Amino acid sequence: MSANAKEQILDFVRARYPQAEIDETQDIFALGFVNSLFAMELVMFIEKTFEVTIPNDELKIDNFRSAETMSELVDRLSPARV
Amino acid sequence: MTTQAEIAPGVLQVTDRKSARAFVDTHIVPYADAYDRQGRVPEELLERMTAAGLWAPFLPRDTGGGGMDLVTLGEVHEEVGRGCSSVRSLLTVHTMVSWAVQRWGSPAQREQWVPALGRGDVLAAFCLSEPGAGSDASGIASNVVEKNGGWVLNGVKKWITNGQRADLFLVFARTATSIGAFLVPRDTPGVEVTPIEDVLGTRASMIAEISFRDVALGPDALLGPSGFTAGMVLTGTLDLGRYSVATGSVGIIQAALEACAAYASRRTVGGSLLKDLPLIQAKLSDMVTDARAARLLVAEAGRLKDAGEASTIMATWVAKYFASTAAARHASEAVQIHGANGCGHDYPVARLYRDAKVMEIIEGSNEIQRITIAGQAEREII
Repeated sequence: MSANAKEQILDFVRARYPQAEIDETQDIFALGFVNSLFAMELVMFIEKTFEVTIPNDELKIDNFRSAETMSELVDRLSPARV
Repeated sequence: MTTQAEIAPGVLQVTDRKSARAFVDTHIVPYADAYDRQGRVPEELLERMTAAGLWAPFLPRDTGGGGMDLVTLGEVHEEVGRGCSSVRSLLTVHTMVSWAVQRWGSPAQREQWVPALGRGDVLAAFCLSEPGAGSDASGIASNVVEKNGGWVLNGVKKWITNGQRADLFLVFARTATSIGAFLVPRDTPGVEVTPIEDVLGTRASMIAEISFRDVALGPDALLGPSGFTAGMVLTGTLDLGRYSVATGSVGIIQAALEACAAYASRRTVGGSLLKDLPLIQAKLSDMVTDARAARLLVAEAGRLKDAGEASTIMATWVAKYFASTAAARHASEAVQIHGANGCGHDYPVARLYRDAKVMEIIEGSNEIQRITIAGQAEREII
C-alpha cells in the first residue's frame, strides 16, 4: 500500500509541477511548491484517491512534507489497508 | 417546534432546478426591482426561503440537510441568480459558512451550528474583505491573540454581504502564525455592524462594515486547523463561493436573454420588430451561446466537486471567470437592446447591468483569476 500510495502521490505532485524533479523523500515545502491552493488540492486528492477523511488534528505540516510522510498518513487513516 | 409549512404556508420545497425556477418566478422575480430600490430583502422572503429549504440543502441528511449534490445546488443558485443577484448573494455567503462549519468544524461546532444553518434559523456571513484588503487575503490586518485560554479579536471587515442581517460571522484574522477562521455570533460584545448603502450592484444584499473591538471569544471559536493548513479553510470556502457566483452569473445571462427576447418581440423600429434585425439577432445569439457555454463550465466544476476531484478548484476559477465576464458583457448589451428603456426602472436590465459588474469583482477579482489560471497553465503545459 505504502509504495503504491507514494507513487500515486508523486504522480499527482509531478503532474502539477512537471518541470520539477521530485523523489519520495524530498520536502516539497522546501522546494517552494506549496501554497494554500495546492495544499487544498493535495488534501482533496488524498481523501478522494485513498478514500480517507483527514481530521483536523492530522492537518499538520509535517504530514505533508513529502510523498513518504503523506503515504504514512494514508496508512494511519486506513488501517485495514496496511 | 414551528414547521416549515407554518412559517410560510403554500411554499413548496426546492429540490432541483425545476422547483427552484417555480419558487423564483413566484416569490422573487416580481419583486426583485423593488428589493433593489429598497436596498434590502424583506424578512418575508427570507422566511419563504427557509420554508423552501433553500439555505443549505447540500448539508448531509444526518444533520437535517437535504444531501443535495453540488451540480444541483449550482442549478438552484443559477435560478435564484436569474431572479435576483442580491438574494443569490445571501445564499452564497450562507452556503460558504455552512459548508465550512460542516467540513472543518469540530463535533461540538457542527452540533451547535450546522442544523440551525441548514434550516435557516441562523443566517451567516463571510467576513474576509477589509478597508485595505480585498482579493489579496494576505493583506488583512484583523488579528486575534490568545488570552485566558480563548481569543481576543480586533479589526474591521468591509463589504460584508448580509452583514446587516446575519446572526453568525465567519471572520478571518491573523493569528501568531497564520490566518485563522473564527466563528463570531453577532451578539458578542464588541461587535458593531454599520450598514453600507447605495452601492453599485447587489444593492439589496444588506452589505455592512463590521467592527470587532476587543471581542472575547472562547477556545471553540477557531474553525478548522491552525498552522499551515489554516489557509485551506479560506481556500475551500472561497472555492464554493466562487462556484455560487459563477452559477449566479449564468443566471444573469439567462435573465438578460429572457428580458431581451421579450422586449425584442414587442418593440418595433422602422416598422420592424427588433427581433428581426440582424444586429439584434447577433446579440441574442451570443447570449444564448455564452449562457450554454458558461452553464457547461459550471456543471463541470460541480461534477468535479461531487466527485471530490482536486481539479475542481481550477475548473471553478475558469467557470467563474468565463461566466462573470460574459454576464457583464451581455447585461451591457441587454441595456443597449432596450435603449433608453434600459436605463430606467421599467425593465430589469439596468439592475442586471449593475449586478453583473459586481460578479467580476467578488470572490476573487477577474484579474486575480486570470493570474491564477495562467499560473496553472504555465505549470501544466508550458
